[in-house]
Amino acid sequence: MTKRTRRGGGVILATLAVAMILTLLPMPDWSVPYRPPWIALTLLYWVLAVPERVGVFSAFGLGLLLDVVSANLLGQQALSLAVMAYLAEVLHRRIRLFPPLQQTLSIWMLLLVERLLFLWLLVATGQPLPPPVYWAGTVTGMLLWPWLFVVLRDLRRRFRVA
Amino acid sequence: MVRLVLAAFLGFALMVADHRYQYLETVRGSLSVLVYPFYYLANLPDTLLHRVQGRLADDEVLRRDLAALQRENLLLRARMQRFESLEAENRRLRDLLGSSVRVGERVLIAELLAVDLNPYRHHLLIDKGARAGVFVGQPVVDARAVMGQVVRADPLTARVLLITDVEHSLPVEVLRNGLRAIASGTGLINQLELPHLPKNADIRVGDLLVTSGLGGRFPAGYPVARVATVDSEPGNAFATVTAEPLARLDRSREVLLVWIPSSSEHAAGDPSEHSLNEAPER
Repeated sequence: MTKRTRRGGGVILATLAVAMILTLLPMPDWSVPYRPPWIALTLLYWVLAVPERVGVFSAFGLGLLLDVVSANLLGQQALSLAVMAYLAEVLHRRIRLFPPLQQTLSIWMLLLVERLLFLWLLVATGQPLPPPVYWAGTVTGMLLWPWLFVVLRDLRRRFRVA
Repeated sequence: MVRLVLAAFLGFALMVADHRYQYLETVRGSLSVLVYPFYYLANLPDTLLHRVQGRLADDEVLRRDLAALQRENLLLRARMQRFESLEAENRRLRDLLGSSVRVGERVLIAELLAVDLNPYRHHLLIDKGARAGVFVGQPVVDARAVMGQVVRADPLTARVLLITDVEHSLPVEVLRNGLRAIASGTGLINQLELPHLPKNADIRVGDLLVTSGLGGRFPAGYPVARVATVDSEPGNAFATVTAEPLARLDRSREVLLVWIPSSSEHAAGDPSEHSLNEAPER
């Protein structure tokens, strides 16, 4: 691989940090299950945009932090995010070219895969099963995607992250 | 593909190591220091809001609050006088009986960090950690009653498992007659259940449940909950008893950490012991 200019690592880290804060920010009790998966969404954007820089291992590291935050088994969220990032990486050429609606739906699919894997790991390790509203986060995440996409794309263009 | 396999392998290895053994406590501890800035930032809006509210509070309201607090203080002091003489008497009687007694529990006030951790579990994060002497298994109470226990003590923060979490159970007794029971969390913030009580057990709606001190985790005699319903359905072998926690589990901003002098050494033991009070019933 030829030497490429790698710019804007700080921007990627900053957006992920903001996503982390949004994940932790206290919200009214009723809205908590509907909190969009900020980290997964931001991660998906960067994997689709710059797959050679943000990939499986970045996802794994972020998942590890999330595991510490929510007292999961270490590696649980890390594994599910890593698999999601891998799928996004494999499909990134296609998803980039999709029209907006189709792209949003494919993002939803990826979020669902992540939640499904996470649920499976919960069950496999004998932890208490979450209620069905567990899936609601993927829907809010999907609805949020078009806006998040625009914001992050503008950020990427302004700071010329490549 | 290679990277995915590697990540998956690493993930499974970590999970097994974390699930079966307690090797990863140090990893978790150091990662938790890494996420502390995020806790701090996420907590900031809440702190600022409270500060601003304090500034904007009306003189009239403040004066009324002050008067109410002074009245309450007077009442509590009056009750305290009796308590001290009773404590002395109790100690004397116990000396006569030759039994050991635990008095003089040490407490520390900790503040909650307003962050959302895991929507399906009843966890709290407090701003005192292992550096302040917090240990795993330490009882946490608020001004009214028992709230839960510490399940993780990181250097700067600690994680509290509330008594209403589905994985939590604690030994209690009915204050009226000393009937022993186990109060298990239901996953609902305002409900505990008391499983395996026989149908003829002497328990009524309104009974106060206090910690029994069995299990050695919680000090005896702290209030826990009030019995809310007692049902005995013909189909069930046991009575269905639910209770309402007295602590303001979802509203307290400050909590008290309790040290029990004579039993802290065995409670401070290894973290794997924390399954002791958490009966895996469900």
